[in-house]
Amino acid sequence: MAIEGADLIRAAAFVGAGIAMGLGAIGPGVGEGYAAGRACEAIGRKPEEAGLITRTMLVGQAVSESTGIYSLVVALLLLFVV
Amino acid sequence: MILDPPSAMKIASFVGAGLCIGFGAIGAAVGEGYTAGLANQGISQKPEKSGDIVKNMLVGQAVAESAGIFALVIAILLIFMESTPSLLNAASLIGAGLCMGLGAIGSGIGSGFPGGEACLGISRQPAVSNRLTTSMLIGSAVCQTPAIFAMVISLILMFTKFTDLPLSPTWAALLGAGLSTGLAAIGSGIGGGMAAGASCEGVARQPETFGSVTTTMLVGQAVSQTPAIFGLVVSFVLMFKTFPESQSLAPAMALLGAGISMGFGGVGPGVGNGLTAQEAVRWVARNVEHAGLLTRTMMVGQAVAQSTAIYAMVVSLVLIFVV
Repeated sequence: MAIEGADLIRAAAFVGAGIAMGLGAIGPGVGEGYAAGRACEAIGRKPEEAGLITRTMLVGQAVSESTGIYSLVVALLLLFVV
Repeated sequence: MILDPPSAMKIASFVGAGLCIGFGAIGAAVGEGYTAGLANQGISQKPEKSGDIVKNMLVGQAVAESAGIFALVIAILLIFMESTPSLLNAASLIGAGLCMGLGAIGSGIGSGFPGGEACLGISRQPAVSNRLTTSMLIGSAVCQTPAIFAMVISLILMFTKFTDLPLSPTWAALLGAGLSTGLAAIGSGIGGGMAAGASCEGVARQPETFGSVTTTMLVGQAVSQTPAIFGLVVSFVLMFKTFPESQSLAPAMALLGAGISMGFGGVGPGVGNGLTAQEAVRWVARNVEHAGLLTRTMMVGQAVAQSTAIYAMVVSLVLIFVV
């Protein structure tokens, strides 16, 4: 079975994209989940602050999302640009 | 099947970039989520301080983000850099990607601890919020050190010309160099972060102990960095020692094994040293008259916990020099 160089390069780009997004999805998932869990606990303790707590949760989750976005960007780069 | 060098370079840079940002995204996100969670807990305890708490949360998350940004930079560099094509340079690119990706995990997670504890601390003691932010920044900054070690090794791997060395077994040495620092940085990052988190908690509970607590934290963090430094040493040896050419698999696997040994071997002691430092710092805050005794006990305990990292380094060096 002869594998051409150009074919292997595309293959590697696809594997790289898979690894980038696959592993990169772990962190934001765990981090945002933890933030949301604590937010629920906070609302349970102080329901009248629900609006403030939810807003803070979303801000914190947005920051946590950022590295997931980096992974998505690198994956898209590998899929469509190189 | 022998790859032509330019193809091998492209393959290695894409896979390396994927590994780099894939692993590297994990730590910062987990740490930032942890910080956000504890920030909300603090808000539930003191809603009127939510402004200060959110500000502190964002600052703490920014420090945790830096590890992720290092990983992004290395990944983009890997995809777009032009370098002399050679199979050996291809191996070094994968090593670089692994190194930075793995190395960012620990520092990202670790920097989440002081961020979160500082936010909780502001809810407990709003009057000392400036001191808490300072504690958080000192602790998080030291916590980023393993990620910086990993970035240094990545950059060396990417930009040093390895072309005139024999392909086998040097390819394994370069991969091993990446694994050695990358994996060992995980333990040191998390451990340093645990110590920093305890210092923020301690300063919140007893603000007047800021000096002793910070000193104990820095000593504890410094010892926690030792596994990452062992990893760095083994990486440098693997990168810059010339190995005699050999076509058989055993010498190559010995060098890869050296990297794996020191890499994984640094994880446990790093976390363990962090656990020790965390409790020591916590109790220095509550019992500052005995800070000296606590710090000494912490150092003895950390030294014993360090033992398996030393065994791992010995095995690595034996694999590199003896067999």
